[in-house]
Amino acid sequence: MPLKSPDELEQLRTKILEERKAQGEKKGIVLCTGTGCRGAGASEVFDAFKKALGKKSAIEFKSTCCHGFCERGPITIVEPLGIFYQGVTPADVPQIIAETVTKGQVIEKLLYRDPATGQTIPTEKAIPFYTKQNRLVFGNNRHLDPTRIEDYMAMGGYKALVKALFHMSPEEVIEEIKRSGLRGRGGGGFPAGRKWESCRKAHGDIKYVICNCDEGDPGAYMDRSLMEGNPHSVLEGMLIGAYAIGSSEGYVYVRNEYPLAVENVGIAIEQATKMGLLGKDILGSGFDFSLVINKGGGAFVAGESSALMASIEGYVAEPRAKHIHMTESGLWERPTNLNNVETWANVPVIIEKGADWYASIGTQGSKGTKIFSLVGKINNTGLIEVPMGMTLREIVYDIGGGIPGGKRFKAVQTGGPSGGCIPESLLDLPVDFDELTKAGSMMGSGGMIVMDESTCMVDVAKYFMHFLKDESCGKCTSCRDGTLRMYEVLDAITKGKGKEGDIEFLEEIGWMTAEASLCALGGSAANPVLSTIRYFRDEYEAHISAKRCPAGVCTELITFTIDPKACIACGKCRKGCPTEAITGEKKVPHKIVQAKCIKCGTCREVCPSDAVKVA
Amino acid sequence: MTGAQLENILKKHDYQKSSLLAILQDVQALDNYLPRKTLEAMSQRLQVPLTQIYYLATFYRAFSLTPRGDHLVTVCTGTACHVKGAATILNTLERELAVQPGETTSDKKYTLETVNCLGSCALAPLVVLDGHYHGRMVGTKVLSLLKGDKKDASKKS
Repeated sequence: MPLKSPDELEQLRTKILEERKAQGEKKGIVLCTGTGCRGAGASEVFDAFKKALGKKSAIEFKSTCCHGFCERGPITIVEPLGIFYQGVTPADVPQIIAETVTKGQVIEKLLYRDPATGQTIPTEKAIPFYTKQNRLVFGNNRHLDPTRIEDYMAMGGYKALVKALFHMSPEEVIEEIKRSGLRGRGGGGFPAGRKWESCRKAHGDIKYVICNCDEGDPGAYMDRSLMEGNPHSVLEGMLIGAYAIGSSEGYVYVRNEYPLAVENVGIAIEQATKMGLLGKDILGSGFDFSLVINKGGGAFVAGESSALMASIEGYVAEPRAKHIHMTESGLWERPTNLNNVETWANVPVIIEKGADWYASIGTQGSKGTKIFSLVGKINNTGLIEVPMGMTLREIVYDIGGGIPGGKRFKAVQTGGPSGGCIPESLLDLPVDFDELTKAGSMMGSGGMIVMDESTCMVDVAKYFMHFLKDESCGKCTSCRDGTLRMYEVLDAITKGKGKEGDIEFLEEIGWMTAEASLCALGGSAANPVLSTIRYFRDEYEAHISAKRCPAGVCTELITFTIDPKACIACGKCRKGCPTEAITGEKKVPHKIVQAKCIKCGTCREVCPSDAVKVA
Repeated sequence: MTGAQLENILKKHDYQKSSLLAILQDVQALDNYLPRKTLEAMSQRLQVPLTQIYYLATFYRAFSLTPRGDHLVTVCTGTACHVKGAATILNTLERELAVQPGETTSDKKYTLETVNCLGSCALAPLVVLDGHYHGRMVGTKVLSLLKGDKKDASKKS
């Protein structure tokens, strides 16, 4: 039965909470089955728990989406003690139930061990990865089964919607968002309240709101994890936004590669519709709102707002000029307000806790928290949520646990293909929209790819140009040909065919691509090249003048040799070599015949004594 | 794809031209690629020029105009996977299967593809074989994976 008033919603919430209270502090198991943990085997662990617990277990078993600490997946938490187990396998399941759940005993071998102190840490709260975070938006994932609206209700879900619909005028909602200082989390960082305001003021009776979940930035997956793990928070944000703007129809545009996000947001829409939180006359307020899901086709440029709208309309995702803003004439040429997943998920928090409280977090120009995906050459890979203004050093070392294998930090890449690489000298940079832009990078959607001394910066620039030349929609010559030309030059440099003047040519063509392209994708396409030239010019010069790759990555500039002193003549490399380029026999140190070597790296990979050297 | 199957898909989308992308996704899901005959029939039924359908089908990465092999091998080439050696994994597969990304082996057994990011960066570098995620790949591991080495842990995602 649909709920007809805020009172009915509160009654339902009270009922859910009382039922839970009556059951007492129940013993429970929380298993993360987010995409990261699934990849590490959480589905098998899920089956094992289901089988071991049977149907009528007194133990509550909850499967949630991403908790953030993907490096250690699959993650299991045993309640009410909050014991945190990592790397759980199906074989561990009987022991967890018999010892921890039943008797409250902790299993040492499954605990997180702090690499710094060597001590095990039994609870999530005490793990350094979590202690420095402020998980305002993302923290709820851990408590929610995303397929159960009751879980979201129990946590106070849809309270902010009631507050907006019944205690605030649309103008007041917009004012609140403006005062909170919320800026769009999708990349540009445009103030959300101002966008809403111009959409509200735009002429036309039909207006649309859109949630952009076309997270194409490689190495970023926070929107996916929010959408998979807490879809109702996104829906609630969209409902509040639609009310403020005066819209009754919305779209959720989800990337094709995210099937679980499509599934979970679909379930959430269905449940919210059934409860009367979507549809006609929501909670008796007279406000109507409905949502449609659109699946993307796998194009990076579709994340650009005008391209995304073209895609919803059934055309190819090509951006258009924005002399007229989307808020004036967007989808089907009607006023349209688009925000990304994380932006929408921040809205209920702001409305519930107030703009002043929200604005007290963060820096002067960037308020609140930001979710980053901290990946690459880092010990604690995962999703983190920190207040704006935290330094890169704190993020990389305190939360991320530093660089694996004792290697030296080189750079952190932010902002995806539109961003740049920030060097070690700027590690104390406070991370917010403006500081990152000043450093020649950008916030983007929040990817943070850490690179160490074995990462070649010219190769990284080439990687992004390869990506962008493929993903450029081809509408503007400057972007289509600019990214291609930059790729060709970079490719030549990494192959030892670089020549004097290449760096200047890249700078010139990069500038031109940025200036002459229509959309932000082209406008920022040169950033990966320009920022690496700015901070790592010596690496470019080593490739061009000395025909040398200092990081040992570019295959045409490196040679593989076997150190005869270290070689134990085991024959593994000889057997593994796909081109039979290795000679030698038992007890005779092996040698690589350079003419046959294709530098595939297999010998280095299989060598048990680290005898294969790259120079 | 039979005519009736196509008709069902078109009906599901109310014969709307604006749903072309979703219609193509449904066809691809059923046949694993977009057969020319189906696209021609679609063009007739929806009164949309065939060029417009091809414009969409070639623009978006999700579509294939050629039949795929029995097994789909996808190498994630997201940034995290790249810095952790995805290029080596891809080179190994290209050499072993003797195809480039987007191509199918002549025995129609394997199709090799790349994807820009699967959001499982903790498992980088990542290879997906028929929907099963195989994380922290190295060249030798990917070869044993192709040979169907049962010891290799496979995780359904």
